[in-house]
Amino acid sequence: MKVLWLQSGGCGGCTQSMLCSEPRSLFDELRDAGIEFLWHPALSIESGEEALTILEDCAEGWLSFDALCIEGAMLRGPNGTGKFHLMAGSGRPLTEWVARLARHAKWVFAIGSCTAYGGFSANTPGNPLEACGLQFDEQTPGGLLGAGFQSAAGLPVINIAGCPTHPGWVVDTLEKAALEGMSGADLDEFGRPLLYAGELVHHGCARNEFYEFKASAQKQSDLGCLMENLGCKGTQAHADCNLRPWNGSGSCLRGGFACIACTEPGFESPGHAFQETPKLAGIPIGLPTDMPKAWFVALAALSKSATPKRVRNNAVEDHPVVMPPIRKKGGGK
Amino acid sequence: MSRIVVGPFNRVEGDLEVALDLDNGLIRSAQVNSPLFRGFEQIMIGRAPLDALAIVPRICGICSVAQSAAAASALAEAMGVIPTVNGKISRNLICATENLADHLTHFYLFFMPDFARPAYVDRPWHDAVAKRFTAVTGDAAAEVLPARAGFLRMMGFLAGRWPHTLAIQPGGSTRAITVGERIRLLAQLREFRGFLEKRLFGDSLAAVAQLASKDQLLAWADGRPADFPAFLHAASDLGLDKLGRADDAFLSYGAYDLFPAGTWQAGQSAVLDAAKIDEDTTSAWLAAGKARHPAQGETIVDANKPDAYTWCKAPRYAGQPYEVGALARQLIAGHPLALDLVQRDGASVMARVAARLLELALVLPTMESWVQALQPGEPFCTHGEMPDDASGTGLVEAARGSLGHWLSIRRGRIERYQIIAPTTWNFSPRDGNARPGPLEQALVGLPAGEGAPPTVQHVVRSFDPCMVCTVH
Repeated sequence: MKVLWLQSGGCGGCTQSMLCSEPRSLFDELRDAGIEFLWHPALSIESGEEALTILEDCAEGWLSFDALCIEGAMLRGPNGTGKFHLMAGSGRPLTEWVARLARHAKWVFAIGSCTAYGGFSANTPGNPLEACGLQFDEQTPGGLLGAGFQSAAGLPVINIAGCPTHPGWVVDTLEKAALEGMSGADLDEFGRPLLYAGELVHHGCARNEFYEFKASAQKQSDLGCLMENLGCKGTQAHADCNLRPWNGSGSCLRGGFACIACTEPGFESPGHAFQETPKLAGIPIGLPTDMPKAWFVALAALSKSATPKRVRNNAVEDHPVVMPPIRKKGGGK
Repeated sequence: MSRIVVGPFNRVEGDLEVALDLDNGLIRSAQVNSPLFRGFEQIMIGRAPLDALAIVPRICGICSVAQSAAAASALAEAMGVIPTVNGKISRNLICATENLADHLTHFYLFFMPDFARPAYVDRPWHDAVAKRFTAVTGDAAAEVLPARAGFLRMMGFLAGRWPHTLAIQPGGSTRAITVGERIRLLAQLREFRGFLEKRLFGDSLAAVAQLASKDQLLAWADGRPADFPAFLHAASDLGLDKLGRADDAFLSYGAYDLFPAGTWQAGQSAVLDAAKIDEDTTSAWLAAGKARHPAQGETIVDANKPDAYTWCKAPRYAGQPYEVGALARQLIAGHPLALDLVQRDGASVMARVAARLLELALVLPTMESWVQALQPGEPFCTHGEMPDDASGTGLVEAARGSLGHWLSIRRGRIERYQIIAPTTWNFSPRDGNARPGPLEQALVGLPAGEGAPPTVQHVVRSFDPCMVCTVH
């Protein structure tokens, strides 16, 4: 599979993250799966004219490629001109390049939430950048390529959402497409591959015992559950961050801070401070999406009253102050 | 005279275009254009102050935690909070991990592949360099990516993930390190040290850190089978020890209490006075006006401004362009190798790259001592109240140079947020006095155009530009 990669209104962090792919080095991993970069802005040798020639030949259909990977929001402003990003050396809007190239791609992948849904670029009040995703304006189908767009493989844009994307999400999705193909059944309603978006961030969270007992962190660096007070959306965010570790052993929750649901369209403007949980009558508004609220409240009250001292005390410290008890043979308790 | 436009410049972070006026195949003048606008300063306005911690890392995927650290420092000043000892060490470790990983990525993936170009096929070193450093397929890539990914496992422990963490808070870190994790961190540092000593340097970090002059450096490199020596050999052959000089005025905000803040010019270092910084919008597609200190700065788009040619502002210190980066840090810190390289030939491609790699040798051992100083059980974070009206400044060093955030808070919301990124300094356009920025100056006199060697590529990438930060 030949991959052509372009960057626009984003931070380049999805590429930087992808280079952390483990256990094998990214280039070895992709090469053995038959995936090669025809051109990638951060990695390829070709510069200037040589690079423009490759892009022009691809856009005209003279040079074949399979996958178009775009990283970064599409900046249509000011006033529809695309001047907020004219691709260097070409004098043409990057949005125009993307539209031309997408016509010839078998697969189109939006790498990261910016590319999928518009990202922070689309979240300045009034959206002066006129930023959007490839096929979405936040949750609304449309975007640069339009709601009806299908690549040659008969699929809409595949949205590998995340800010940034986990290297495994990108590598596994590319390999799935290259080796087995993909169909609509592999994607959710927002175009995200179910191979990672079929889970919730909550799944496998190392703080689950604190969650079970609603033993909540009160302040940054506390060990407790971050949902009640510190803005965590892990129970609602679609991704496998706590099953597929980041940088060896990490995740946002393991790092001690809230999931801000960076795989969800519109996460950039949650309507409240990122690190605070909005509440109504003391109850968090953003409860798990598929659980009846009354049950949640009832269970929370019950589990709070059953919380072991160890869990309650450790929840508000940055290191365990009460150790799990040790059961001894014949001790009776 | 003829004009050529060079772009896209890949293997830099973000998009870059350079317009060159040529006279007999030599550059008479250069205009550096950052062709992408991002508008992050506007995104911040009206938000809750601590939201900056979630937003600013997304300015840049390669200086992500440098952005976090600058915001956290500015917010800490606004809150009157001082991070805990553990929190401060954690922040230093996180920032140093990103910076050293950047030095590595830059050298192996962005900078060295240009030496594998066919233009150098007749040079005696070309075969070996092409085998090792050809983009994507060279031998080095297969070794350096696992080394990099392994080193960035530091972030899995300290910051949850990289890039884009919320672990860095005004009062320290959200992530307390345990006794067992301290052992893992040290093991990770040892593994990375092994790669550097074996592949990059072919010698101990201590031996590299002690190199005190250009002569010592080149003698040390001679015949040594490792990657930094291979660069020095090729760079000497191509005269890159004398190419790429800008104004030789340098600035650093100081890094991790290890390298001091200051300026350096003509052999003299001086104390940094951040009040002397201002930003000029003359050549940017931004509303004109007199140069402003960033605490009073504005970013108002004027996309059709005549004679403008970039989205980048022109930061100046006491009215002059300044170069930032590892070379600036090491000059201001008084490292004898950096001083000798610059005092002999001025800043050059070789001096910039040598200073970056020197930092790997200097900082990694310090990181080992920081990890040993972490005290599990002592607090990693302290807490404070955010006042309704306040202001703050956060000055840090990213791998590629000085990064500053200036914020003001009014009625509990961010009222103004201004950022000056490292490449904004280095790739700044002409100011109101028509003074070119450092790269624009560094390109003058170099060969370019049809049939020219790729010298311009080396000089541009010697600054390790980050364009996405530049045009935040």
